[in-house]
Amino acid sequence: MSTVIEKAAPFTHAPTSVQRTMTLVLAALVPATAFDIWLFGWPALFMFVLTIGFCLGLEALCLHLTHKPLQPTLFDGSAALTGWLLAMSLPPWAPWWLCLIAALFAICLAKHVFGGLGQNVFNPAMVGRVAVLVSFPLQMTAWIKPNAAPGFADSLAITFGHFSGLDTVSAASALGYVKTELSKGVPVSQSMAEFANHFSLVDMLTGSHPGSFGETSAVLILLGGLVLLYKRVISWHIPVAVLGTLFALGTVFSALDPARFTSGTFQLVSGATFLGAFFIATDYVTSPVSKQGQLVYGFGIGFLTWVIRTFAGYPEGMAFAVLLMNALTPIIDTHVRPRAFGRTRKGEPLTLTKGEK
Amino acid sequence: MKLFPIKGGIHPDYRKELTSEKAIVALPLPHLLYLPLQQHMGAAASNTVDAGDLVKKGQILARAQGAVSAAVHAPTSGKVLSIVELPAPHPSGLPQLTIVLEADGKDEWAELPAAIDDPFAASAQAIRERVAASGIVGMGGATFPSAVKLGLGNQYKLDILLLNGAECEPYLTCDDRVMREYAAEVVDGARIMAHALGAPKVVIAIEANKPQAITAVTAAAAATPNVEVASVPVQYPMGAERHLTQAVTGRETPARKLTADVGVVVHNVATARAVHHAVRFGRPLLSRVVTVSGNAVAEPKNIEVPLGTRVSELLAYCGGITGAKRVLSGGPMMGQPLPNLEVPVVKGTSGILALTGTETNERATQPCIRCGTCVTICPCGLVPVEMASYIRHERLEDAAKIGLLDCVSCGSCSYICPSYIPLAHFFNYAKGRLNALDRERRKMEQTKALVEAHNARLERLAQAKREAAARAKAQQSETTDANKANA
Repeated sequence: MSTVIEKAAPFTHAPTSVQRTMTLVLAALVPATAFDIWLFGWPALFMFVLTIGFCLGLEALCLHLTHKPLQPTLFDGSAALTGWLLAMSLPPWAPWWLCLIAALFAICLAKHVFGGLGQNVFNPAMVGRVAVLVSFPLQMTAWIKPNAAPGFADSLAITFGHFSGLDTVSAASALGYVKTELSKGVPVSQSMAEFANHFSLVDMLTGSHPGSFGETSAVLILLGGLVLLYKRVISWHIPVAVLGTLFALGTVFSALDPARFTSGTFQLVSGATFLGAFFIATDYVTSPVSKQGQLVYGFGIGFLTWVIRTFAGYPEGMAFAVLLMNALTPIIDTHVRPRAFGRTRKGEPLTLTKGEK
Repeated sequence: MKLFPIKGGIHPDYRKELTSEKAIVALPLPHLLYLPLQQHMGAAASNTVDAGDLVKKGQILARAQGAVSAAVHAPTSGKVLSIVELPAPHPSGLPQLTIVLEADGKDEWAELPAAIDDPFAASAQAIRERVAASGIVGMGGATFPSAVKLGLGNQYKLDILLLNGAECEPYLTCDDRVMREYAAEVVDGARIMAHALGAPKVVIAIEANKPQAITAVTAAAAATPNVEVASVPVQYPMGAERHLTQAVTGRETPARKLTADVGVVVHNVATARAVHHAVRFGRPLLSRVVTVSGNAVAEPKNIEVPLGTRVSELLAYCGGITGAKRVLSGGPMMGQPLPNLEVPVVKGTSGILALTGTETNERATQPCIRCGTCVTICPCGLVPVEMASYIRHERLEDAAKIGLLDCVSCGSCSYICPSYIPLAHFFNYAKGRLNALDRERRKMEQTKALVEAHNARLERLAQAKREAAARAKAQQSETTDANKANA
């Protein structure tokens, strides 16, 4: 028996691993993804596979350039998850170059420049999305009408070539439509009713409405989110804080002025609300570590999302809200900590009430 | 009994079924016993015998030294072969003075102190003296001299003696078996301890995964209305002193204070049994129950082992070990790896575990993904991920500021980490470093004070000299003046 002991207790370990966590998250995304691919056809599948492929390739390249071993981080599912979430946030018919640029921003700039897995301040998928959104607003808002279903050859042209018929198959997303109408002077209550003529609340929930790849199937995303909660991969704190804040603000303000503000229900089912609340905002690396901090962070995301959707130039604000709150995460972590055993919230020892002689 | 929730904690795979149904068996007396002079917290005992002396069973071999210390007795009769430095049963394997006793096989008792017939009529002082004379220490593993802890009644107003039968460490079943098989001895010992402490009530806390122990102790305590049994939830680290106190009484011990500050003193069940033996029969602490377990052990057992038995003999009695990745003293959560198998069983050895690679589930450390699980499960409400990142950059003071010294080293964070980061190891390192730095600083301050005192003394001397010189000069000039005047 060796006399050199390089390890201290404990000498048992929970059957967990980073890989298991990532695999569970990926599995929770499968139903929504499969539905979306069925909904948007071949180009969506190409976009999805390309984005993940680019992310994995770039991850390998960055690891190689920084002389890090490929083994743990390339295969633990973290890069694949970034790619998957990025794909969920792109338009379903995004061309190959858009996927590549988004992946470059996500993996190389947002993740590896900061030091790789666990070191990034900003959510890589959201950095990728926002970078292409501000650079290529036209392509990024070409929301496809569901069930457009082009043939295989056309699909290749959509992804890899020039496709001119985009206008004929695209439509505004719910949030975008309401915002455009509002800028034309149409009250929100009227435009919401108008939109509802084409796409009912049920459509919004099931996903049969225009939007980015992952925005469109609220129910399946919610289902995946509930699986993550059940499997304890995430806790309720962030999703509940995000959704609760968004719903509360929507409800209160639309009650005050229905002509100006959309309802709480509309805020919940439109855009990337569920995807953001369950899959994006809960990213471990870029969210606070304490439950108390997570509530603050979730509230911030809900609040900023509502502000951006309601007052800013972009129809959807989830990605921006997440990035802004990512920037605040270190500050939240410093100021919001759990109460230590035997101490007050301020860190002073508790005062004695009995037992002294 | 009303219980209170404790924060955090984990639910490891307990694996107690390996030994929980194995009744305690006595180990055949080994030929050689190795008794370290330090088997407890505090100062090492000082030997009262020398090489070549013949001793009887129960005879004192080393006397307690100083306020916090414990005596060592001969577990059997025989001859002291030598008193030499041998590796300690500690990961360091550092040498420590050890009495080597050769058993003569007669197992002849020495004359023991008289039994205290009615301990409840005896003074608290008399009980404490008997416990001290018997070399009893905390047998849950902390090994703090019990007599000192029984003196807490002098400084604090206590209302509960909390007997710790939680045994929340995986694998260990020694306390479980002691409670099942010697419930009456445990209850009696507890009542004697409560008497010594001046605590009116005894609560025996047992984790709910030991129903037979709960039944046995409840039955043994039925006749004594001031002894209650609490079935506490199965949650590691339920057996931590402060957490058990909170779970049973709802009282939260303030940071840097003792549970005695909230009126509670915690002792282990095996300690209570040892007190029973010492007070009722005058028998000092000579043996203890040890759980030998783990999948690398051929026949896991609960064994009553004479102190000083080598681990190798204990394992041989259990059919030997095969394919052990780690051999530990204590439980897998807080136990210590052994430097080799020739070290002895000491008073704090609750278990000897030989674990296979599957059981230890060791993997290479990966980058932290900030999942926050360590924060959620920390029973002390700390932020392990942040403390570890400070310590990694040697910013120990910053780690201390966010609660490093409140950490009880339970290891829950290391256990749960999906990236297999040895968090508890970081904290133990940092606590050790801070201690060393603190000692160094105090030493420097002492040196500085000495130097200053020295300088001040020199200065005083110089001053005195100057004054004397001035006086002499003044006198001289006076004389001169006088001479001048005379002239």
